[in-house]
Amino acid sequence: MSTALSNAETVLDASGLTKIYGSGHTEVVAVRDVTLTVARGEIVALLGPSGAGKSTLLTLIGLIMPPNIGRIIIGGATVFDGDRMRVNVRSFRRQHLGFVFPKANLIPFLTAAENVRLAMEINDHPTRAASRRAMDLLEYLGVGERAEHLPSMLSSGEQQRVAVARALANRPSLILADEPTAALDSVRGRQVMELFRKVAHEQSAVVIVATHDHRALDVFDRTVEMEDGRLRDPPTTSPSTAS
Amino acid sequence: MNLAIRDIRHNSGRFVLTTIGLGLLLMLVMGMGGIYRGLVQEATLLVDRIDADLWVVQKDTRGPFAEVSRVPANLEDRVRAVPGVLSSRGFVSHTIQRQSDGRPLRMTVQGLSWPDDDGRWLPIVAGRALGQAHYEMIGDESLKLPLGRKIKLGKDTYTVVGHTRAMNSPAGDGMAFFTLPDAEAIQLDISGEAIRLERSARYGRAEQIDIGRTQPQVIERSLGLSSAIPALGPPSIGAVLVKVRPGVAPEQVRSTIARWPDVTVYSSEGQRQLLLGGIVDRARRQLGLFRILLIIVSAIIMALILYTLTLDKLHDIAMLKLLGARNGVILGLILQQAFLLGVLGYGVAYVVGQWTFPLFPRRVVLIYDDLWLLAGIVVGISVLASLLGIAKALRVEPNEVLS
Repeated sequence: MSTALSNAETVLDASGLTKIYGSGHTEVVAVRDVTLTVARGEIVALLGPSGAGKSTLLTLIGLIMPPNIGRIIIGGATVFDGDRMRVNVRSFRRQHLGFVFPKANLIPFLTAAENVRLAMEINDHPTRAASRRAMDLLEYLGVGERAEHLPSMLSSGEQQRVAVARALANRPSLILADEPTAALDSVRGRQVMELFRKVAHEQSAVVIVATHDHRALDVFDRTVEMEDGRLRDPPTTSPSTAS
Repeated sequence: MNLAIRDIRHNSGRFVLTTIGLGLLLMLVMGMGGIYRGLVQEATLLVDRIDADLWVVQKDTRGPFAEVSRVPANLEDRVRAVPGVLSSRGFVSHTIQRQSDGRPLRMTVQGLSWPDDDGRWLPIVAGRALGQAHYEMIGDESLKLPLGRKIKLGKDTYTVVGHTRAMNSPAGDGMAFFTLPDAEAIQLDISGEAIRLERSARYGRAEQIDIGRTQPQVIERSLGLSSAIPALGPPSIGAVLVKVRPGVAPEQVRSTIARWPDVTVYSSEGQRQLLLGGIVDRARRQLGLFRILLIIVSAIIMALILYTLTLDKLHDIAMLKLLGARNGVILGLILQQAFLLGVLGYGVAYVVGQWTFPLFPRRVVLIYDDLWLLAGIVVGISVLASLLGIAKALRVEPNEVLS
């Protein structure tokens, strides 16, 4: 089942998102009434200390976990409203979302190229085209010569670049990256951030990156800061714009 | 992209060992079925090969295999006189155990109606059929008695002149074929003192009955050989085998002989059913129960193996779900591995079985019907065994990638 997205200027429109873990005495409010709107082609940095709720917010927007309450509209399609999902979540994720996590989470029995290809084959791309795009992405990210290696034979930096390639493989409308450069050196880290920026601008996608790394903030169009599950108000402007 | 094959390639050592283990287990299941078939074949071998239409045995017995049957030797002549009978021959069968080369030698002694029957119908693979009335024997290969070997049984010595292949009794002992008188001599071999005591007792019995008083010759003979006084001596054969003339219905001859008050008549099929229903039935049920238990054990072990394999991949399965993989991709991964495990395990069972079954002390007969049935069962338990893993995989949430 495919969900077509509109060409609306706003790709992500999340409002009133709240996520509560546990109940009673053990209740923890990880995300509290967050509203976030991101326009087409925009790359946004999600900043904040550990435990601020950045990762949880990404999992809510990425439909990995449902919010307790709130509404999420992606590309004009209401995917979550009130307290339930309005679309086939798995189908929506494979077509429109891309994820990068602090750990690469590659499938250990597939080579680097196969890991990238898998994301496309799951989304019904023809094998030959998928192979070609996987190689292009891996070469762009500087791991082309490692394409036929298993993840166990790659360094953590190389694994992370393969994970980035996998996230970009299906040309998603919304890319969610949680500390994607944690395992990379500063040069590679910057390269990945610039790749995200390029993807956002060239493919008119939205990229939201949760990061602690303040060295590459100039890459972002906008930064948003979180604290105690809330977005700091008002959102900060882009450092590049500010300068 | 076939995820199951790639996962197996990545963990090939573990998969191979698991397959071998499962294969050996399935080999036991296969072997149990083969032993049962071997049992049936051995039980009915003689009935199938001996080429008789009717078996005449002691009245109201189910002899000569299912229970002891004793009929007088001259019954052979009475039967031959019945209209429609082409030939009749005596049948003697009993099992003996002797020492040979320091090892116990068990054999089932079969009597052949020499000279009408010299054993030419037997599957002789070396040597020849019987060539004289006494002191020759044809032995099965499993007895491990070489051609020309002389063996003392009772008071006489017999020479092995021929070898048969796969001629075993229902108990699994190799068969040895002698002429009827030799088979009887081996069966009735008793010590000189026992013979003297029996003659004396027989003389005493003869003196006290009318025939002894009125026929002095009987009294005289009672002190001689048993074979010289068949009316007084013990019955000496187990059954009489009847072959009817071409064009005559065996049932017609059977109904004639069945009216005699001292015998019971069975067709070959009836004799076969007696064997299967009596000797083989309990073993069949026992082996059947063992097979069922082994299949259940195999299914449980397969389920545990597949569950463990699935547990090892839970993180990857969560990642697949996060990437948006359909349930079919995940089910395919588990089911294909289960299927491969079953098929390869079955292959190992078959190949190793071909190599080891001939070394089993009892015959193991693999027939295609049984092999296909077991293959179907293996596929079935592969699917069933994977259900546990599938249930676990389907419950995995994509957010487990983050843990």
